[in-house]
Amino acid sequence: MSEPRTLYDKIWDAHVVHEADDGTCLIYIDRHLVHEVTSPQAFEGLRMAGRTVRHPEKTVAVPDHNVPTDESRLHGIENEESRIQVETLKKNAEEFGIEYYDVNDPRQGIVHIIGPEQGWTLPGSTIVCGDSHTATHGAFGALAHGIGTSEVEHVLATQTLIQKKSKNMLVEVTGSVGPGVTAKDITLAIIGEIGTAGGTGHVIEYAGEAIRALSMEGRMTVCNMAIEGGARAGLIAPDETTFEYLKGRPHAPRGGMWELAVAEWKKLRSDEGARFDKVVRIEGEKIAPVVTWGTSPEDVVPITGTVPHPEDFEGPKREAVRRALDYMGLTPGTPMTEIEIDTVFIGSCTNGRIEDLRAVAEIVKGRKVKEGVRAMVVPGSGLVRMQAEEEGIADILREAGFEWRLPGCSMCLAMNPDQLAPGERCASTSNRNFEGRQGRGGRTHLLSPAMAAAAAITGRLTDVRELM
Amino acid sequence: MDKFTTLTGIAAPLPLVNVDTDMIIPKQFLKTIKRSGLGKALFYEMRYDENGNPNPDFILNREPWTRAEILVAGENFGCGSSREHAPWALKDFGIRCVIAPSFADIFYNNCFKNGILPVVLPEEAVGKLMEDAGKGGNARITVDLPQQTVSSSEGEVFRFEIDPFRKHCLLEGLDDIGLTLQKIRHIDSYEERQKGAMPWLWNGSAA
Ligand code: SF4
Repeated sequence: MSEPRTLYDKIWDAHVVHEADDGTCLIYIDRHLVHEVTSPQAFEGLRMAGRTVRHPEKTVAVPDHNVPTDESRLHGIENEESRIQVETLKKNAEEFGIEYYDVNDPRQGIVHIIGPEQGWTLPGSTIVCGDSHTATHGAFGALAHGIGTSEVEHVLATQTLIQKKSKNMLVEVTGSVGPGVTAKDITLAIIGEIGTAGGTGHVIEYAGEAIRALSMEGRMTVCNMAIEGGARAGLIAPDETTFEYLKGRPHAPRGGMWELAVAEWKKLRSDEGARFDKVVRIEGEKIAPVVTWGTSPEDVVPITGTVPHPEDFEGPKREAVRRALDYMGLTPGTPMTEIEIDTVFIGSCTNGRIEDLRAVAEIVKGRKVKEGVRAMVVPGSGLVRMQAEEEGIADILREAGFEWRLPGCSMCLAMNPDQLAPGERCASTSNRNFEGRQGRGGRTHLLSPAMAAAAAITGRLTDVRELM
Repeated sequence: MDKFTTLTGIAAPLPLVNVDTDMIIPKQFLKTIKRSGLGKALFYEMRYDENGNPNPDFILNREPWTRAEILVAGENFGCGSSREHAPWALKDFGIRCVIAPSFADIFYNNCFKNGILPVVLPEEAVGKLMEDAGKGGNARITVDLPQQTVSSSEGEVFRFEIDPFRKHCLLEGLDDIGLTLQKIRHIDSYEERQKGAMPWLWNGSAA
């Protein structure tokens, strides 16, 4: 009998091309996603060295970070630098024979949303992208992680990466979560528990009934933020929910090949007795709708809580908390629900999928966005946008007073014109609340789409359960 | 890639934890299609005010740290996005070595690809070096990669651990892609095996 192995062990073992004596491995990469910001220097590097792309058919390219999300983009991108970056991506894709979804193609969208949507993301595969939120694809039981531009070039040239194996970490969320508690609350609660460096050097496998009960959209939200917990990647074992989602997607296997694949995918689970280097258990029942108060994703508090005191913390974190509260303009002891917001941003690769928009529509239906609040919804892809229009969600959102935008990263990182002004406070469904992330001096509170919807209605951070 | 062997230089103290890549280089500078010229934007929001004037209090704007080659920082340095613009900006500014109690994974990786040495030392050692770096003037810190040591200006020596393969690549300035292409036979045979074991990854959309 061979040793029991974790899901991560299995995918890793199946992709080792070569192992050196010191344990440094060459790992095969099955899918490579490319966007405009982290790739130009990689393609340039290939050209300078006279190298080619080893398997162009394993790579797909899409512009997302820079694209404006208003109608102006139908006539081209105004900002010169952004335009050059997007045009460069297109040129590189053409030159090297890579599938490319142009800015106004209905399949365009945030790279981590379109990968699964198009069936590029498959269980048991290895996936990389020059973007830290590549962890998202782990929801399918794929080993997926972010890489730097030098590594993008390495993968283009060799279809492999030089890696050392990470450690195994298990995060089990037991039981079920209460009403108003979503995948976003689960993932934020986990980061609050383990801290932003809690997963460093590890690949996290998420397990437990509360995780199993999630849809694919919810699982993607959970894995998306594995990186915020410091982990290299997040993983969830594939099951019927996964297969159901993938079946019939443009790049998913079909017919006999589908049957063959599913039979193999069913083996992708951690064996009984497999060893994890670190185990964390969280009771689903104890997770409340949460929101962040500071400038690190670990700065999490239940919506029923208050802004913490620096004295509640020890060591260097105390100073960090002081700095964060100062930046956020918050006074310790203030109930979270008294914090007024100016802007609501719903979107990003964390929460820009159809299920997220449905959750928003459910809360805002028949209600109005509070006067003076700017509320925007940016669907994660052209297809999400189309589906939301078909389902009548877009109408509900527009009637409530939301801006209904074109797909892209938008105010998640504010590289395009969607930005906060200094001091503006935003309830955001994205994944990072770093200083200046959404615009210089902008203040970000991370929360779930349903909670963001509630904040849009009342103009302050709100316990969504009161509006349900 | 540039080699890294030993370095004696001015070290700048940055006593912050969780320094994220947005802080190291904010997104407005990611629109470039080049690797060079990012040094002036390093730590942009801390280094300049709203009008783009240098903030005189920020360490890298003060003498002698405008010429710093080493950065000493708090734990979890480089967390956040995968942007290699962060090490590019550090390097372009002149930083060749970052010392901290811990680093975020992707940033740590990216450093090696750019001839920057990230040194992990225990909190206490970093604290001492931080203090030493704060002295400025003639307080030079020495980083010796072959010996795996950092020495303070007062001669206190701290030993650090580093992966032997990465050390080798940095010492020799080796190009990863070139190294991997020497293993092309292994890649070819892996692909043949995988076509048998997981054919859907090769002709997924075929019936
Ligand atoms: S939506 Fe935000 S986190 Fe996701 S890929 Fe875009 S910028 Fe990165």
